[in-house]
Amino acid sequence: MVQATQTMTRPDPGSGGAERVLEIENLKTHFFTRDGVVRAVDGVSYHVLKGETLGVVGESGCGKSVSALSVLRLIAKPGRIVQGSIKMSGRNLLDLSDREMRSIRGNDISMIFQEPMTSLNPVLTLGRQIAETIMLHQGLSKKDAWDKSVEMLKLVRIPEAERRVTEYPFQMSGGMRQRVMIAMALSCNPKVLLADEPTTALDVTIQAQILHLMLELKEKLGTAIVLITHDLGVVAETCQRIVVMYAGKKVEEATADELFERPLHPYTVGLMKSVPRLDRAAVEEQARLMEIPGMVPSLKNMPPGCAFAPRCVFATERCRIEEPGFEMKAGGHFAACFNSDKVAETYHG
Amino acid sequence: MYAYLIRRILATIPVMAVVAVFVFSLLFLSPGDPAAIIAGDLATADDIARIRERLGLNEPFLVQFGKWVFNLMRGDLGVSIFSNLPVSKLMLQRLEPTLMLTSTTLVIAICAAVPMGVIAAWKAGTFIDRGVMLFAVLGFSFPSFVLGYLLIYTFSIKLEVLPVQGYTSISKGFGPFLNNIILPSLTLGMVQAALVARMTRTSVLEVLAEDYIRTAHAKGLATHKVLIGHALKNAAVPIVTIIGVSFALLIGGAIITESVFAIPGLGRLTVDAILRRDYPIIQGVILVFSGAYVLVNLAVDIIYTFLDPRIRF
Ligand SMILES: Nc1ncnc2c1ncn2[C@@H]1O[C@H](COP(=O)(O)OP(=O)(O)OP(=O)(O)O)[C@@H](O)[C@H]1O
Ligand code: SF4
Ligand SMILES: [Mg+2]
Repeated sequence: MVQATQTMTRPDPGSGGAERVLEIENLKTHFFTRDGVVRAVDGVSYHVLKGETLGVVGESGCGKSVSALSVLRLIAKPGRIVQGSIKMSGRNLLDLSDREMRSIRGNDISMIFQEPMTSLNPVLTLGRQIAETIMLHQGLSKKDAWDKSVEMLKLVRIPEAERRVTEYPFQMSGGMRQRVMIAMALSCNPKVLLADEPTTALDVTIQAQILHLMLELKEKLGTAIVLITHDLGVVAETCQRIVVMYAGKKVEEATADELFERPLHPYTVGLMKSVPRLDRAAVEEQARLMEIPGMVPSLKNMPPGCAFAPRCVFATERCRIEEPGFEMKAGGHFAACFNSDKVAETYHG
Repeated sequence: MYAYLIRRILATIPVMAVVAVFVFSLLFLSPGDPAAIIAGDLATADDIARIRERLGLNEPFLVQFGKWVFNLMRGDLGVSIFSNLPVSKLMLQRLEPTLMLTSTTLVIAICAAVPMGVIAAWKAGTFIDRGVMLFAVLGFSFPSFVLGYLLIYTFSIKLEVLPVQGYTSISKGFGPFLNNIILPSLTLGMVQAALVARMTRTSVLEVLAEDYIRTAHAKGLATHKVLIGHALKNAAVPIVTIIGVSFALLIGGAIITESVFAIPGLGRLTVDAILRRDYPIIQGVILVFSGAYVLVNLAVDIIYTFLDPRIRF
């Protein structure tokens, strides 16, 4: 049973007092593999405000998916959450029993995945898959849950929802399937929707449609979205706040406007340079994240000091010895860099 | 859907035709004069001539085959050389024990093996998984007649809780029937269970790594619902396939098991017929067993369509 939730409203200094619906603190998720410990998420903290869209960006392998899966406690062996807390309505999800946790999944927090082609069960009808969630969490009868499924399909604008609901995933395109995933994820009015690269696998034209659909439904249902992506272009258009991750750690956090205006971490600058923005010159359009010189360091044996140092043009002797702390550099703008002043100077005069 | 079914049903016809040709040729493929073979070692030339006449062996091969097929269509499988009784009647008398033995075995094997395989996959790498795999290896490699005698020794002779041998018709009550059938079924089912458990584990393990299983967990479903409702249904096609294919093993095993437990079924009839070179019976038995195999695999194909919508359309 879901407990009667005592809403511990904690006003947020930089955000007009909006309630924090999810608060991740110092989360560490490690994979204990045969050849060493992979520190996929290594001390990440972020919070999600009620009804906002939070962007989590970073290169492939920086721990975005693992941190999201950790929130739902869906990390499989050899992975384990070794430290931290994940709070929702004052409760630490890491302290809940499996049963209590199941009543959160798909209900208070739901998730959609990158791969729409494989994330739906191929042998069950769409209706069955959506209705299952609704019956589980809202205790509706089969008939009512089925009706609600049709309603949800209509909400995500699937044409002929009454007929489609009896069909199977293989009868639909990737974009349609992702709509179905969204319908399923939103069917129980979650407080938080974790969207893990929801549009990456789709055609560019479909990407925009799906993004807009998500944002529209977010407004309608008051769901907060954590939009995980490696595409800064996407977050620029959609998010109020942005968290930048690098090698399992958070390196920068600010409002979207502030971040794009005045990035304070060299890594963020690198990301922006390599990503097309609507207002940027078309020359850069083809460039992608991968093109920051150098590689993400092996998460198994991180060098001492700043993890970005081997790839950083601003790196000094100190960066290779000491790890920069994650500090507030300006009102509501945080970064983990010794030389963020220089970064700011270089890029913003 | 219907097109698929009709196609599958039609596809059984050539298979059965090949079987029929093979079965009919059996008599002629064996070295020597069929009549002499049937007549046996002590027969006189007269006996052989009589048999030739009776079986119509003097007529051309194709005519013989035509007549044989024609009779087959009417359910006439010929007459036993040894007892002079119609083969169809002899087989019908022996059908029930074999049918009950094989179906009980299948039910027991599947009911034991599928959950074992699912649990092994779910607990992959743990000692539960290793236990199931050990069972699968042993069950497959342990000779069934040895297992049969071991079971008889333990339960019938030492513990004296179950009868040593024999068969009681289910029409005489379920209890007595079960008493008699349980040991033979365990004996016969071991190989089946081992195969099915192994296939279930492999198949479910593969499915558990799929993205939609993660989705099912993310919805908040309990583990058993994920395993049964989402994983098993996807894993079912190879499992059902192996059940169909291993039906041949079941038939072969039934012949041995019926001998060990003195069950008066088709298996015993077959063994006796082989020993007496009663060819019409051997032909009849092979036809029936092959037909059963084809039917079971047709059923498997039909079951596929319920398991996987992608096959249906
Ligand atoms: N089962 C696992 N065993 C070992 N390491 C793992 C496992 N799952 C993830 N990792 C490691 O965790 C790190 C973070 O992975 P994660 O999937 O969170 O990256 P990501 O930021 O989502 O990247 P992408 O953009 O490619 O989705 C990766 O370096 C990966 O090697
Ligand atoms: S701390 Fe040093 S190495 Fe790390 S990002 Fe800043 S300047 Fe670069
Ligand atoms: Mg990912």
